[in-house]
Amino acid sequence: MNYTYFPGCTLYTKGKSFDDAGKAAGERLGFSLEELPSWTCCGATFPLAEDYDMALASPTRVLAHSRQRGDKLVTLCAVCHNVLKRTNHVMKTNDERRAKVTEFIEEPYDAGLEVLHYLEVLRDEIGFEAVAGKVQKNLSGLRVAPFYGCLLLRPKAEMAMDDPDAPSIFEDLLAALGAEPVDYPMKAECCGAFQVVHSDAMATRCSREIIASARGRGAELLVTACPLCQFNLEDRQAEMARGEQGFKGLPVLYFTELLDVALGGDPDRIDPDKHHTDPRPVLQARGL
Amino acid sequence: MNRIGVFLCWCGSNIAGTVDVHRVIEEVRKLPEVAHAENYMYMCSDPGQDLVKAAIRDKNLTNLVVASCSPRMHENTFRKAAASVGLNPYLVEIANVREQCSWVHQQQKDVATRKAYNIIKATIEKVKRNAALEAIRVPVTKRALVVGAGIAGITAALDLADAGFETVVVEREAEIGGKLRRISRTFPYHEPADAILAPRAEALRDHPNVTLYTSSEVTAVGGYVGNFDVEVATDPGDGGPPETRTEKVGAIVVSTGYDLYPVENLGEYGGGRLPDVIDGLAFEGLLADSFRNGEPVRRPSDGRPVRDVVFIQCSGSRDPENHKPYCSRICCLYTNKQARLLRDRNPGCRAWVSFMDVRTDCKNTEEYCQQNIEERGIVYVRGRVSRVWQEGDRLRLWTADTLTGEKIELDADLVVLATAVVPAAGYAEVSSLLRAGVDANGFFQESHIKLRPVESSTRGVYLAGAGQYPKDITDTVAQAQATASKIQSLFANEELAQDPLVCRVDPDLCSACGICVPICPYGAREVDALAGFSRVNEALCEGCGACVAACPNKACQLKNDSMVQVVGEIEVFAAEEGEEDYTCAC
Repeated sequence: MNYTYFPGCTLYTKGKSFDDAGKAAGERLGFSLEELPSWTCCGATFPLAEDYDMALASPTRVLAHSRQRGDKLVTLCAVCHNVLKRTNHVMKTNDERRAKVTEFIEEPYDAGLEVLHYLEVLRDEIGFEAVAGKVQKNLSGLRVAPFYGCLLLRPKAEMAMDDPDAPSIFEDLLAALGAEPVDYPMKAECCGAFQVVHSDAMATRCSREIIASARGRGAELLVTACPLCQFNLEDRQAEMARGEQGFKGLPVLYFTELLDVALGGDPDRIDPDKHHTDPRPVLQARGL
Repeated sequence: MNRIGVFLCWCGSNIAGTVDVHRVIEEVRKLPEVAHAENYMYMCSDPGQDLVKAAIRDKNLTNLVVASCSPRMHENTFRKAAASVGLNPYLVEIANVREQCSWVHQQQKDVATRKAYNIIKATIEKVKRNAALEAIRVPVTKRALVVGAGIAGITAALDLADAGFETVVVEREAEIGGKLRRISRTFPYHEPADAILAPRAEALRDHPNVTLYTSSEVTAVGGYVGNFDVEVATDPGDGGPPETRTEKVGAIVVSTGYDLYPVENLGEYGGGRLPDVIDGLAFEGLLADSFRNGEPVRRPSDGRPVRDVVFIQCSGSRDPENHKPYCSRICCLYTNKQARLLRDRNPGCRAWVSFMDVRTDCKNTEEYCQQNIEERGIVYVRGRVSRVWQEGDRLRLWTADTLTGEKIELDADLVVLATAVVPAAGYAEVSSLLRAGVDANGFFQESHIKLRPVESSTRGVYLAGAGQYPKDITDTVAQAQATASKIQSLFANEELAQDPLVCRVDPDLCSACGICVPICPYGAREVDALAGFSRVNEALCEGCGACVAACPNKACQLKNDSMVQVVGEIEVFAAEEGEEDYTCAC
């Protein structure tokens, strides 16, 4: 099975391991992520002004090009996913805006594409039971905190993925891998997002709440689905350690990295230099 | 031979400023059968009406055309004026030369003048064929039906029964009393709800004029104002089939009440997942237990007396994007009362209220609310709670004080959500059975929000209580009493007069195909299989014309709006206008 895949800018650079592990795990599960040729920026933020059509041009172009190759588009980065899925929702529900934007970009788009997150592919196309059947290294006993962040599930009606107030898609995947998902109240909070650029103290405060909450509920590891969450939750830990004596870090991995290891991928591909808290001891302790 | 009178109104300069009223009248006078024509500055004024009356008398006029504003404005005025001097009011027609002529052609005086003349000429063509109709008279059954026996239904039923009218009360639950049965004490005087309800409920049960059906529902409604046939099904309670009976009544009160918006819909507050996150009625239950047992208020999860309670107002109200757009009206005051009673019951406990604004629109309630805040130590925090979660054996909340700009984290034993008031389950079925319309939120729609607040969109069906809009007990009782009075005015008549501008059927043309039956929005059409044609129930018909358009045989015609009349108008108008193009200026 092949899917048209949109990596987005960060997965080419800082989030390369997110992308690599996602592709590798896909192959182990029997599907290939085929990169959309000549892809452009996803738009980076979804415009909230209802008449700001210009901001829809870039994501619509991505959708139009993907549509030429099939009826599904898969993403990994939560930000790209949010922008593309919401733009697609506008295209599906507002003929007037669709006509205006497609005329501007000079590309037809019939709104016939379905934008899927990688997690949705695993749940709805492959099935978590089938994923469980392919597990080679059971993560049994590993207490993992899934981190949804703000964009993956919201807004509920447009993303149509899971209930942002009581989600389960991440937990169900972790359970399929044999891990013990940790239920903690901060799982869908804000990591600090772009605020880190001008107020790193605020981002530290936001990230600390999340790390402390997951730690408090016994998590040994935290997984993310977003390069920006990954960056804040990892990078801010140095700041947290400075401000708090006896601070105990929490390793943070992209969920695809953990998935790939469970499916038989080489744990050594996880580069300890790219993580503030080395995840290897936790994995080694479980015989991984 | 008709003797037609034409009266052209200037409407000040509204019409006369654009239409050459003198030229129009001059031309109209030349038309056949026109016995009189004149114009006047304000025809609807008393002197204007006197001109009309005098002309009818002096010139023996047989039909009238009043060329003026829309018939919605003054048709009734001129019909009454004609009737007062003995001319059948249905021989009066309005030619609308204001909204449909002078206002839209202000820059084209010649065009407007010619069009006004043509509208009048076309209307003359119609009025020639008008029949002198008589109002339809129907008898009134002086019995009422009340659907829902909360405090609204009980009040309306008791007032009607006390006035001597037999009243049938249908209640879905096994017990009467509705939501009031679940309330502990009322604001602003802390009167036990039972002290309000019990005597009224007992009076209802014992009243000789009241027939009470509990565990019962209305399952079918036929007929019309003054003459409804209502089928009531009663659950015998032994698992057997419902017993049904038919009640004949002249008026129906819809007092079906409200429910609270489910806490499950407020996922960010853990509604439905956290046992110590409850709604306002559940908290009333905790308060009632406390009063009954003489113990402090205890929380549901582990029965521990509560020390810190947060009340979250507008939970699901005033949130058009996610929940309900409207204000639920009663929550500000019951929340304030609940916090106050909690402080009385659990000395030393803390009560926070998260609010957007505090709305106290009932008598003495602003004073009550202020006193509780100032003297009873309830802490009001302006802002919206963003989320609630379980932290150990307590709840933790994030909110903000938007007056100081501070972010606030609170720990609590119990969170009470003042969830939105919504129409009681089953409102849609009741609405369709009774043909009583509801608004976008499912609340029963009143006929006019200012002038006819207790009448539904269907004649003979009245509204009382929170099924129409959220109301406290005071307003509910007031509205129920108004409803009962309104029905007593109806019952003061031996028979009712209805507008005769309804549909009629030509039995020779009708093939009894029945297409008109589902088309009719008022249920006024019925195929009489024996007679072999489709009948019109004139008391139900509103003269909308849906069946006229649908009838393949052209067997249905509206009285005084027959095919011949309408086509005649069009032919006269089109012949005069020719190919001229009117550009609408609006």
